[in-house]
Amino acid sequence: MSFTDEQCQFDAIIEAEEKIEPRDWMPEKYRLNLVRQMSQHAHSEVVGQLPEGNWIGRAPTLRRKAILLAKVQDEAGHGLYLYSAAETLGVSREEMMNDLLIGKAKYASIFNYPTLTWADVGAIGWLVDGAAIVNQISLCRTSYGPYARAMVKICKEESFHMRQGYEIMQVLTGGSAAQKAMAQDALNRWWWPTLMMFGPHDSESANSQQSMKWKIKRQSNDELRQKFVDQTVKQADHLGLAIPDQDLKWNEERGHYDFGPIDWEEFTRVVKGGGLCNDARLEARRTANDEGQWVKDALMSYAEKHSKSDVDQVA
Amino acid sequence: MLKGHLPLWEVFVRGRRGLDHKHIGSLHASDAGQAMKSARDTYTRRQEGVSIWVVRAEDIHASQFENDASFFDPAEDKVYRHPTFYEVPEELKL
Repeated sequence: MSFTDEQCQFDAIIEAEEKIEPRDWMPEKYRLNLVRQMSQHAHSEVVGQLPEGNWIGRAPTLRRKAILLAKVQDEAGHGLYLYSAAETLGVSREEMMNDLLIGKAKYASIFNYPTLTWADVGAIGWLVDGAAIVNQISLCRTSYGPYARAMVKICKEESFHMRQGYEIMQVLTGGSAAQKAMAQDALNRWWWPTLMMFGPHDSESANSQQSMKWKIKRQSNDELRQKFVDQTVKQADHLGLAIPDQDLKWNEERGHYDFGPIDWEEFTRVVKGGGLCNDARLEARRTANDEGQWVKDALMSYAEKHSKSDVDQVA
Repeated sequence: MLKGHLPLWEVFVRGRRGLDHKHIGSLHASDAGQAMKSARDTYTRRQEGVSIWVVRAEDIHASQFENDASFFDPAEDKVYRHPTFYEVPEELKL
């Protein structure tokens, strides 16, 4: 097949809402775009373990501790699904890991904020996972087969994350004045960074437009952000908490909530390394990598020794 | 044992784009190329698939070994891994 035939076939598959699969021909930029997005997504799952991991040892009850452990374990699993899916594009796990550790690859900037109180664990489940689900439900329809399938599996598992977070918020807002204040404080700190998770406005996002054409992304940053705001307002009302945005109000004409301007300077600053926890997050990943190396080495040397003795026995 | 029996291969077929490859059966063949052709002729005569994987059966490690009754036990008592474990108002669509 000539290059143009291949291109035509690729275009036809995308046009027909079918999936591109690993051995299919694909434009190099499509592949690179996916590698960037999927590895960034995987890194977010992995780095996302850290803010919550901070509270495992201090969870208020055994029940909460077991739940939080299960959630953090899920995040590690989700990272694995995504790295594996990305590996079908011909990029190695080592390359992706290395890009994260040297600071070349990005991960969701939200994880560069600290978890100061127990209410932050509730707010992360409710808001951060809530936002992630909005984005990931949309990505179940992405054009790359392995990515779409990973998303379906992740969405199924992610539902409990959001619900356990909201449950924590319900308990706190139904508690003492101090607990309620703690819940409000967490919402105040996490609200805006959560809205930033959806990325720059559509008008500012060049990557995004190409991704939409290739159907890697199915809904724009602003559409997804709006969907999240619309669903979350009622949830905050039910808790009796106030979303920290004076401009937030129902717009009858649009059928959506209007909301205030996002501080993109803060977003850029945190993405570029200026958040409170950027250094600590990467340092934690590097330490885990360095200090875990002997385990991998020991496992491999054990496996090699045994495969040798198996051969000896056969002989 | 009969002499000259060809190696066993397991066959996985992708029904259409977007779906996982699913195990569909097995066959005997001399090498991967033969296995692939036989798999096509055996399992996709009515366009059941758009992609086939063949894997040497001996390369598959299965969890069904003796004394594995407890293998999946760790997941048994962790009901909190399921969304239904949490009581939140359904109308809020959490």
